[in-house]
Amino acid sequence: MKHIFFVLLLLPTVFFSQEKLAGVILEANNKNKNLVLPGANVYWLDSSIGAVTDMNGKFSIPYKPEYKKLVISYIGFKTDTITVGTAKAIRHWLEPTDNLDAVTVKSRKQATSKSYLQATNTFTVSSDELLKAACCNLAESFETNPSIDVNFADAVTGTRQIKMLGLTSPYILIATENIPSIRGASQAFGLSFIPGTWVESIQITKGAGSVVNGYESIAGQINAELVKPSTDDRVFVNVYGASSARMEINTHISTKVSDKWDTGLYLHGNSHNAEHDVNHDGFLDMPKYNQINLMNRWQYTNPEKGFVSFINLKFLNDEKQTGELDFDPQTDKLTTRAWGSEIDTRRYEVSGKFGYVNPNIPYQKIGIQAAFSSHEQDSYFGLNQYDITQNSLYTSAMYSSIISDSRHKIKTGLSYTYDHYDEFLDAKNLDSNYERTEYDIGAFFEYNYDNLEKLNLTAGIRIDHSNLLGTFITPRFHAKYTPWEKSAFRMSFGRGKRSANIFAENQQMFATSRTFNILNSNGNIYGLEPEIAWNYGVSYLQGFNLFGRKADITLDYYKTDFTNQVVVDYENPLEVNFYNLEGKSYANSFQAELNYNAFEHFDLRLAYKYYEVKTQYDSGLLDKPLVPKHRLFANASYETALREGGKHWKFDATFNWLGTQRFSSTASNPVAYQLPDFTPTLSTLNAQITRVFSSKFEIYLGGENITNVRQANPILAANDPFGANFDTTFVYGPIFGGLYYAGFRLKL
Amino acid sequence: MKKVIIVFMFLVGTVSFAQNKNARTSIEVDGVCLMCKTRIEKACFKTKGVKSAVWNVKTHELALIYDERKTDVETIKASVLAVGHDTKDLKATDEAYNSVHPCCKYRDEAVLDDHSNDD
Repeated sequence: MKHIFFVLLLLPTVFFSQEKLAGVILEANNKNKNLVLPGANVYWLDSSIGAVTDMNGKFSIPYKPEYKKLVISYIGFKTDTITVGTAKAIRHWLEPTDNLDAVTVKSRKQATSKSYLQATNTFTVSSDELLKAACCNLAESFETNPSIDVNFADAVTGTRQIKMLGLTSPYILIATENIPSIRGASQAFGLSFIPGTWVESIQITKGAGSVVNGYESIAGQINAELVKPSTDDRVFVNVYGASSARMEINTHISTKVSDKWDTGLYLHGNSHNAEHDVNHDGFLDMPKYNQINLMNRWQYTNPEKGFVSFINLKFLNDEKQTGELDFDPQTDKLTTRAWGSEIDTRRYEVSGKFGYVNPNIPYQKIGIQAAFSSHEQDSYFGLNQYDITQNSLYTSAMYSSIISDSRHKIKTGLSYTYDHYDEFLDAKNLDSNYERTEYDIGAFFEYNYDNLEKLNLTAGIRIDHSNLLGTFITPRFHAKYTPWEKSAFRMSFGRGKRSANIFAENQQMFATSRTFNILNSNGNIYGLEPEIAWNYGVSYLQGFNLFGRKADITLDYYKTDFTNQVVVDYENPLEVNFYNLEGKSYANSFQAELNYNAFEHFDLRLAYKYYEVKTQYDSGLLDKPLVPKHRLFANASYETALREGGKHWKFDATFNWLGTQRFSSTASNPVAYQLPDFTPTLSTLNAQITRVFSSKFEIYLGGENITNVRQANPILAANDPFGANFDTTFVYGPIFGGLYYAGFRLKL
Repeated sequence: MKKVIIVFMFLVGTVSFAQNKNARTSIEVDGVCLMCKTRIEKACFKTKGVKSAVWNVKTHELALIYDERKTDVETIKASVLAVGHDTKDLKATDEAYNSVHPCCKYRDEAVLDDHSNDD
């Protein structure tokens, strides 16, 4: 009996000793252009073993010597069968069923794709879009996307914050591979800790989003999929240098360890050590910094058994130094000899994912995730000191299946989050130590109904118990209706709740001479209550043909209503006050976006955005400071036809216009330190040219803010940094002016 | 131990004798486009017991997962025929065939030619 058991145990190992066949499927065209085909079916003839190509046209399929014929099929293309002798990588061009030029153009993949089918208002940004700007990190990669606003770097830390629906990033759930990653201590700088080349694609969901990833999202969800060792280039090198003397290096190395295991080593370094002061205010325009960022990924794939697993190890060390030009950290740190600041961050992360799809019943899936991170930031800003350590654990388990038939899908599971925060402060009027432990256990259930034609809806609910937020229910609802061809009406509503990490999220306030006050003391989080908001949205997407070319238009209206908010009040120029909302706080946003493929290889994107973000401050119901009411966005991209060997040119330009923005009140300051009520309007232009020499090598050259727009005096009372009016938070525009960069990408 | 084995054997027996809750099969169904796909798949789901139905426009293969206790392949085929789509071995009635959208008349050579330029 025992022996039989062992034999049974051995059986699976027989299947394990298998090879895999990888490759890429492209669309054949008479110009030799590299048009990848995402979503093509690849399977072995007379077997049930198959795969589907990803966003980049890549696939990987189990291989056995007895498999000889590989079938590749895709709607609108001739189905091909190729004979395979060995498990050598395949590069195959699929012929369109009708080899007319028009067909080639029509089926061209968009760099950013909007879904006509899903219930949520989600769009996917592929790696093609990410290459439109030489984005160095995740924060900068949204610059060609009108749904996300990238703020100008603040005067001291040089960090770029993002906004969605007029709300700042703490109200957006930012995840890497569906594990919430930029939260708590990493909120302020976290986006700059994910290098752009690590990102394979980004999914952006407007509105509350799914309940699966937690209850914290209010304005939306952003998920970054990282490059996978099995499909990434074996060797990838990217070097970037800018006129500001910023240098970046990215290298990826991925190898196949065995037939089931792949591993990748990703190394990112950036450094900027030059001193710039174009506005002659005595302060550095951008910090000096050094960052080392390492990631090691292990991927296990066994499509036959239906197992997929990832193990990731990450390490980050980031050092920034800024302040007055003559500031020397050795001698001047925390003294009044010169004003300066240093921010040092170290972060360790370990995460694992395990997925199982029942090979016989493909709609039954199990997913388990776990992530542990330790984040430590030591910093000072002039005389203010701020250190934070966060240890965090996130685990979740999810089961998906169907009810009665596959039109009714369900997802259900449990999640557990643990966060320990330890903050040390030396800042006017604040305690020197804040420590808290937050844990949460939650259960979620999501139901999706798709009637295969017009209606698709998702209703989700989760129940959470948290030691600091209490026991509460988070409902979320999304629906899509298609009354006629190429259209999608969407509506959504949902609730979000979160604890505001008031210091970590508002670190720029330490680079001022303000006094800090927390006006409530009864709540669980710094004496404050958790933030609660409802988000409602409607959206209409319509695709159409304009002069025979593809176009689409999207109209969005979203409203976020805060039931409670931690108000961050800058209205007294000598103070920053935190208090629970009393009265109204809301963010209304309207966006109109037009995408048009005006002629072959030329894409145009135009957007107009209107924001009304108001909060009841002690001094009245006011617009949120530094949020423009009106914005215009335009992006144009052009690619030349592909020459032999894949040679071609790519051109891309992005224009942004920002309306006036309100300054928080400076009326009580001495006249010399008073600011007008509103900022001037502002427009910036970025452009990039890429020369592709082959599929292996390309160089790019670009300019940011090439019209050289600058905010003349970003720092208030720069001449008196230890006086009462010193303030670095009034930044509404670029400080440095124009910047040029060049770099190359090498793939092997 | 022996008893356990006997009980176990007995259980195994019943399981294999019981009808499969997740039976898988494939049938060939004629059609031309995504509209046909929706029509065919919807027809399958109208048959109680069908859990998953995926029709491939290109290969005309209809992959089914269904509960054998509630339905069988013949019933599913009948539902598909009722909405006007032929299977490999059975032809839909002219009445049913005429109910499909004019652009989906897959028996018509002209319509097939039209669709070969699609996508």
